[in-house]
Amino acid sequence: MPLLTRIALDVLKPHIPNALEFANAISENSPGCKITVTVIEVDEKTETTMVTIEGDNIDYDKIVNSVTTLGGSIHSIDEVTVSNFIQEAE
Amino acid sequence: MLNYIRFLIRITHAHRIFRRYFVVNGFDGALTTLGLIVGFYSAENVAVSVMISACMGAAIALAVSGFSSAYVSEAAEREKELKDLEQSLIKNLDDSAHATAARLVPILVAVVNGMAPLSMSLIIISPLFLVQAGVELPYRPLECATALAFLTLFLLGAFLGKISGRFWLWSSLRTLAIALITAVIILSLEY
Repeated sequence: MPLLTRIALDVLKPHIPNALEFANAISENSPGCKITVTVIEVDEKTETTMVTIEGDNIDYDKIVNSVTTLGGSIHSIDEVTVSNFIQEAE
Repeated sequence: MLNYIRFLIRITHAHRIFRRYFVVNGFDGALTTLGLIVGFYSAENVAVSVMISACMGAAIALAVSGFSSAYVSEAAEREKELKDLEQSLIKNLDDSAHATAARLVPILVAVVNGMAPLSMSLIIISPLFLVQAGVELPYRPLECATALAFLTLFLLGAFLGKISGRFWLWSSLRTLAIALITAVIILSLEY
């Protein structure tokens, strides 16, 4: 079964919550994942950010839900890594 | 749940509004009650039950006024901010924490704004309640209430001084001076 192990999202979000709170809030809903939020551009009321999530099996729907709850808007999926290793029978 | 409410307060900067409303309306409540107390003092021989009724009437009116005015104005303000943010994000924020905050924060602000004058008044008139309950006080109830009113206003001044980062005593003395001037004006009037 293919497992989502890394995804990078282009997210437009309000200034508050800031990048740290934003990353923490996403992390709380996605245990076991590493979250990186990079602020790309700052406008009057919004920030364009690159949110990168890495983990063994990322639940994309949970990520979308967290981002939406925090007032963010996913503009695009910029990078995806999916793993589908075949387990060898012993 | 508490963390979530704290988060909602943070994203709306509501803690500053709470503080401002608490001081402004608390000051209103304390000064109004002081005015009533000093008025009763100058009128002489007013029954304790009459004093309590009048003070409670004023306190409840201030609380209702504070609650309703803060709710109406804050709800409109939050709604506008949410719409502005939605325009900037080109997105409906109904499912976001920002929308929840826009609904919840006006209620919290209204509660603070309503409770501030009520609590100040209740503190100031507590000697009247004690006397009515049969408790003996070292001084006359009106004198105790007046002293409590001055103390409350002094503490509000200290709180303001702490917020502004100035020396708390100057700020306290300023609010105390306002209270004294109010009392002197009331006492100097002859009806």
